[in-house]
Amino acid sequence: MPITDSEIIRLKEQAKSIRHDIIDTTVWSGGAHIGGALSMVEIMTILYFKYLNIKPEDPHWEDRDRVVLSKGHGGVGYAPVLAARGYFPKDELKEFNHFMSNFGMHLDSLKVKGVDVSTGSLGHGLPMAVGLSLGARLQNKSWKTYCILGDGECNEGSVWEAAMSAAHFKVTNLITFVDRNRMMIDGRTEDVMAIEPFADKWKAFGFIVKEIDGHDFKDLSEAIDYAHSETKAPVLILCNTKKGRGVDFMEDQVKWHYGSIDSDLAAKAHDSVNRG
Amino acid sequence: MAKEVTGTTWTVYDANTMTQAEIYGSVLCELGEKYPEIVGLSADLAKSTKIGVFGDKFPDRFFNVGIAEQNMFGIAAGLAKSGLLPFVSTMAAFTAMRGLEQVRTDICYQNLNVKIIATHGGVSFGAAGTTHHCTEDISIMRSIANMTVIVPADGIETACAVRAAVEWPGPVYIRIGRGFEPTYYQSEDYGFRIGKAQTISEGTDITLICCGITVLQASEAAKILKEQDGLSVRVLNMHTIKPLDEEAVMKAVLETRRIITLEDHNVYGGLGSAVADVIAKSGKGCAFEKAGIPDCYCVVGYPEDLYCHYGLDCDSIVTKVREVMGRDFEEDESWEDEV
Repeated sequence: MPITDSEIIRLKEQAKSIRHDIIDTTVWSGGAHIGGALSMVEIMTILYFKYLNIKPEDPHWEDRDRVVLSKGHGGVGYAPVLAARGYFPKDELKEFNHFMSNFGMHLDSLKVKGVDVSTGSLGHGLPMAVGLSLGARLQNKSWKTYCILGDGECNEGSVWEAAMSAAHFKVTNLITFVDRNRMMIDGRTEDVMAIEPFADKWKAFGFIVKEIDGHDFKDLSEAIDYAHSETKAPVLILCNTKKGRGVDFMEDQVKWHYGSIDSDLAAKAHDSVNRG
Repeated sequence: MAKEVTGTTWTVYDANTMTQAEIYGSVLCELGEKYPEIVGLSADLAKSTKIGVFGDKFPDRFFNVGIAEQNMFGIAAGLAKSGLLPFVSTMAAFTAMRGLEQVRTDICYQNLNVKIIATHGGVSFGAAGTTHHCTEDISIMRSIANMTVIVPADGIETACAVRAAVEWPGPVYIRIGRGFEPTYYQSEDYGFRIGKAQTISEGTDITLICCGITVLQASEAAKILKEQDGLSVRVLNMHTIKPLDEEAVMKAVLETRRIITLEDHNVYGGLGSAVADVIAKSGKGCAFEKAGIPDCYCVVGYPEDLYCHYGLDCDSIVTKVREVMGRDFEEDESWEDEV
């Protein structure tokens, strides 16, 4: 279903609200991977508020679509989305990272409602997503698996093992995103360990690549609709994004891969989101 | 904890000519008929591990992922998450080391129902050298939460373990050899239960706690020691390393006061260490010896030569028992004066 203008307006508002929640959760947590959480907000928002076939009141519903946040350090960006979608009260985010909390910075599928797969160690998500997709196909289930990778994560060899197998097994009930924010802990991806020509690599591994603006809901919607219709090969949606997106002093800044913010800085961050 | 294995207890295997792997391949095919949720995976070792037999029978339910163990264990986790029951098979070295993080983080952390059959364990692939040996896996696997660790004595017990694993919740690591190992059991009908040691022979002078290939060797040694030395040697097949049958260990401590553990594994961290934990925790004294591969990289050779070299064959066990029996050890019934 092509996205409508009113849907885009609604999603933009939702994304803004998620960004506020990420900022608050970062304060409550004492420190979080806020940069990469902010870069994937639109991807997560359009999935959870337009596309996913899920029942938050029944998180283990057998026929639900599955989500694998392979860039598991994005937990501080994921948990607020799940709260907003109704899996648990937003108040629970105040316990993020605290002693005995259900929420650590990498979300645990056995503890956090709505999380289908535990992730954190990079390069693990896509193999599991391929397994989920093969499992759905084998059992004649129509649910889909959505996997969100980080770009730095694609240094991991297991990502490419999984890519090879997704193409080999013609896994087309899997939709894979890369949050291409061009940064990792130690610097810019192209300085630390270059991954370009990135789209060509995915193509060489047998994927159909759709390169888009990962903050543009129209782009995202068209790419996801395309991926749903594609039956020949797996689709990779290469989302060009900006790390720290929405908070001006964090945007495109390597140092905001992980950080702590106090209430003063949080107020500035909220202001920036409101202006954006 | 131990669970009764139900179902058929027939034996059609010619255990003298079929390897452990061939037998499990055959059992898995049989189980595949009964359990449509069983799927199989291998990493270009479908033929060597014999899981390919399952693949031949159920091609739609079998995934050969190529030489990519990390991906294989990740895919297995995903398949389990989708509601299927994956059996994954590759060599022990590539399970316990190459693919370990996926085994631990994807499968065990999420407590997924994935059954792993690791072949070529210990030094059973002798001539292949250290890259293809795995004398570390028991130690590694028993330290991973949620994992059940089984080291079957032979092909027949492998069949029992595979059947039991289907009904046993959560991840299971079944460690077997390369094949061609002589068998101890002749039939599956002996009451295998995960977590429950099997008494091979009763005895009161010393206990040999074994797993894998050492079960047969120890049982033969016990016979020789009875005939030649008049010793009453208890032999326990401790096929399940985790959860360990602590009751059987404590009975051995209290009733025989002398224990030797025997395993095709580094002496650090495996069966011997698991047994030592129980003894140490009990506060009871006992003459104790761990036999296994010393803390080194194994020399090259055929497995039977290596087992002799490292003291795991029947004759070496006889010698070791005599040495431990000769140790000066306080024999009193009460430990009160020792505390």
